[in-house]
Amino acid sequence: MRIGLAYDVIRFEEKSLVNAASNLGYAVEPIHVTRSEFWLNEPNGPKADFIIQRCVSHSRALASTAFFERNNIFVVNRLSVLRDSADKLITSCLLAKAGVPTPSTVVVFSREKALEAARKIGFPVVVKPVSGSWGRNLARAYDEQSLSDIIELRENMPNPQMKVHYLQEYVDKPERDIRAFYVWGDVPVAIYRVSKMWKTNTALGGKAQPCPVTDELRELVIKAGEAVGGGVLGVDVLESPTKGLLVNEVNGVVEFRNTVLVTGYDLPSKIIADTAKVVRR
Amino acid sequence: MVGVREIPCPVCGGKVGVADDALPGELFECGECSARLEYFVDEKGGPSLKVAEEVAEDWGQ
Repeated sequence: MRIGLAYDVIRFEEKSLVNAASNLGYAVEPIHVTRSEFWLNEPNGPKADFIIQRCVSHSRALASTAFFERNNIFVVNRLSVLRDSADKLITSCLLAKAGVPTPSTVVVFSREKALEAARKIGFPVVVKPVSGSWGRNLARAYDEQSLSDIIELRENMPNPQMKVHYLQEYVDKPERDIRAFYVWGDVPVAIYRVSKMWKTNTALGGKAQPCPVTDELRELVIKAGEAVGGGVLGVDVLESPTKGLLVNEVNGVVEFRNTVLVTGYDLPSKIIADTAKVVRR
Repeated sequence: MVGVREIPCPVCGGKVGVADDALPGELFECGECSARLEYFVDEKGGPSLKVAEEVAEDWGQ
């Protein structure tokens, strides 16, 4: 079996996937997308039984995955999964439709409606961009004045997406959230991301610690993973003091360096081995 | 055992250890000036480092 690895930069994750595939006896074809040409008209493309999509740039991940799927190559994750999981609004809709518990969330397109909706949710509220990662441009509004200021700032930004106001209840979590990994219907490992800051992203300094995968967490993460189309996903879970476990986000090109470092779990081999099984079926 | 070669940092000229199995696009940090660097193979086929691309708004998960 031949495995392609589509990437723009090589970090711990990409290198460990290449090494895991080699150690499992597979031939690996690294596909450096920024050094490649993707001709669309005629069938062409890498000779791979499947491709692991690892571009850190979402735009490159989507574009190159569209090309691979146009050439009937199996990609992890699929184009639809990458597209849906990168958009918090679409993800929230898919999760809600599947009955996955999530924080109370509303989308509005004006300051007046944002204020009305926030009164219904109750302050503080979190304002998020519908796309974006690593905790960028998230804001927490404690009252009507701060929400009004945040919305004004967003409405003056040139990016039209910033005029889609995605508001969410603030979950008073216990100085941590959970990043659990969904791999083809299994939840092999999870970590806590611990931080005194309300944004617990490890990119912002959150510290990783092992988290037990309880039956409750496993069931929730499987439901969330299947709601967005399955494959290999990172599912972020909040522990609400009043509502229990809530799925906050789902990530389609998941980072796992800190998970491997603190748990010792060989997630790269799990991803390669389980994807190969799925492709062989 | 993978060998390591030393490649000059394009920012400060310090030596950066790069494993023999490095792939184009692999990221390194200069131990002397902390520059974030990307490994590439130059037109003559030689191993080189350049300053890595800035993190963009659509990066990450």
